[in-house]
Amino acid sequence: MEKYRIDPSKGIEFGLYTLGDHIPDPHTGERISAQQRLQEIIELSKLADQAGIDFFSVGESHQDYFTTQAHSVVLSAIAQATENIKIASSSTIISTSDPVRVYEDFATIDLISKGRAEIIAGRASRIGLFDLLGYDVRDYEELFEEKFDLLLRINEEEVINWNGEFRAPLKNAKVLPRPKDGSMPIWRAVGGTPASAIKAGYAGVPMFMAHLGGTTSVFKRTIEAYREAARQSGYDPAELPVSTAGFFYAAETSQQALRETHPFINEGMKLTNGQGFPKQLFAQSVDKSSIMNIGSPQQIIEKILYQHEQFGHQRYIGQMDFGGVSFDNLKKNIDIIGTEILPAIKKYTAKN
Amino acid sequence: MKIVALSGSKVGSKTRTAMNYVVKALNEKYSDVEVALIDLAEYDVQFSDGRNYLEYEGDTKYVTQTIMGADAIVIGTPIFQASIPATLKNIFDLLPVNAFRDKVVSMLVTAGTQKHYLIAEQQLKPILAYMKAQIVQSYVFIEEMDFHRKEITNDDVFFRIDRLVEDTVVLTETYAKIREAKEAEYDF
Repeated sequence: MEKYRIDPSKGIEFGLYTLGDHIPDPHTGERISAQQRLQEIIELSKLADQAGIDFFSVGESHQDYFTTQAHSVVLSAIAQATENIKIASSSTIISTSDPVRVYEDFATIDLISKGRAEIIAGRASRIGLFDLLGYDVRDYEELFEEKFDLLLRINEEEVINWNGEFRAPLKNAKVLPRPKDGSMPIWRAVGGTPASAIKAGYAGVPMFMAHLGGTTSVFKRTIEAYREAARQSGYDPAELPVSTAGFFYAAETSQQALRETHPFINEGMKLTNGQGFPKQLFAQSVDKSSIMNIGSPQQIIEKILYQHEQFGHQRYIGQMDFGGVSFDNLKKNIDIIGTEILPAIKKYTAKN
Repeated sequence: MKIVALSGSKVGSKTRTAMNYVVKALNEKYSDVEVALIDLAEYDVQFSDGRNYLEYEGDTKYVTQTIMGADAIVIGTPIFQASIPATLKNIFDLLPVNAFRDKVVSMLVTAGTQKHYLIAEQQLKPILAYMKAQIVQSYVFIEEMDFHRKEITNDDVFFRIDRLVEDTVVLTETYAKIREAKEAEYDF
């Protein structure tokens, strides 16, 4: 775990992530400017840092209703604005980027942040960027596998010789600068299915599992499949961190949490995915067995601890800003996390 | 209420002929229903390549977004090689997994032989159910002998289509009311 800058004795890490969505407030129909949204994301990372939150990450989506296409640039601003919080991408679409440039960017962010940067590399759930950036979506799988493999090798080898299909060969190439510790944590982003998880397991890479809705029991199978695949490939699953990522929202009561978050998620999903989030499904999210961490602070604490008991994972990150949630409500959430949720989950998961 | 009448084939005229009558019946009986007829023979729809339906362009974008924007869909389809036509299957492939959630879908089938009667039951309904449609259980099955030179010649077919149209509208209204009442209970 040390290689991934994780100290399990300190308990489960708690983080926040944003997709950088830029969506009108569903109640007013009004949308803040892209400039304001970016400033607020950076401000949010500062508040998260001050509240003692462990991790903050930003994703890239190249389409309407998003504003962090240049996510590494945003992360670089966050690196400068914060002190202790770990910062990462969630995720970097390595398939449509040059791994050399990605590594240069993130190694630089690691140096600016004094060793706090990580890369989470994914395959893209929205695929508009393939056309925009000049790639063929038919190479979806191969592009990812080849480029992710190269990214991992750049991380391990200071001088690299490499040949592949989608990029010019590298001959005795040095990819510089190097991160603070010579290498940096790189995760494989995984959708919720076992089929996707075993690919991370076979490669022996840390897994970042995104989950939209559903129950902890179902996602437990995905995590077990990942660890089993790692074991079969000769890796020790105990050495491989697992992180989960999904919706988060805390309010005084569960009903208030549902009221303050459903219209945003529902309308936001309609705009970005073309379908809303049915109330019937959403109403189940406050239940303890639901993977969505929405509810009162106490309910969320119980859920995160239950998930930790079931998953044995090292980190959970929550998405609470999707769909144009007001900055005031985000600040309130950070406050609840810092004063109630973090102390409780650390207390119960840290080994003393 | 928005209803899409989808004529699912590029081949032949029977399905389109019957769908013309569906549209006529809807317009005459329900002035508040907004009907869009999509005849796939008139559109250049690409094969699904896996992207989100919002990301297609041109005719593909128009067809998928119009269907996704509907409250109900009347699917008209011929039977080819003992199955639904590829053009219609492609529409399903272009749409998301739960595309028909909160939508009513009804079916009208034209076929060259009675032997095809159960194909909608055994091949089309399972797809619609998987995509979360509220299915109008009875469908209209029209044989070759009921058409002559692009006209329906059997009065019974008009009756059956009238009933299909009525069932589609009534069920759409009913499910909408149930949903509204249920959603109001959630109080969020």
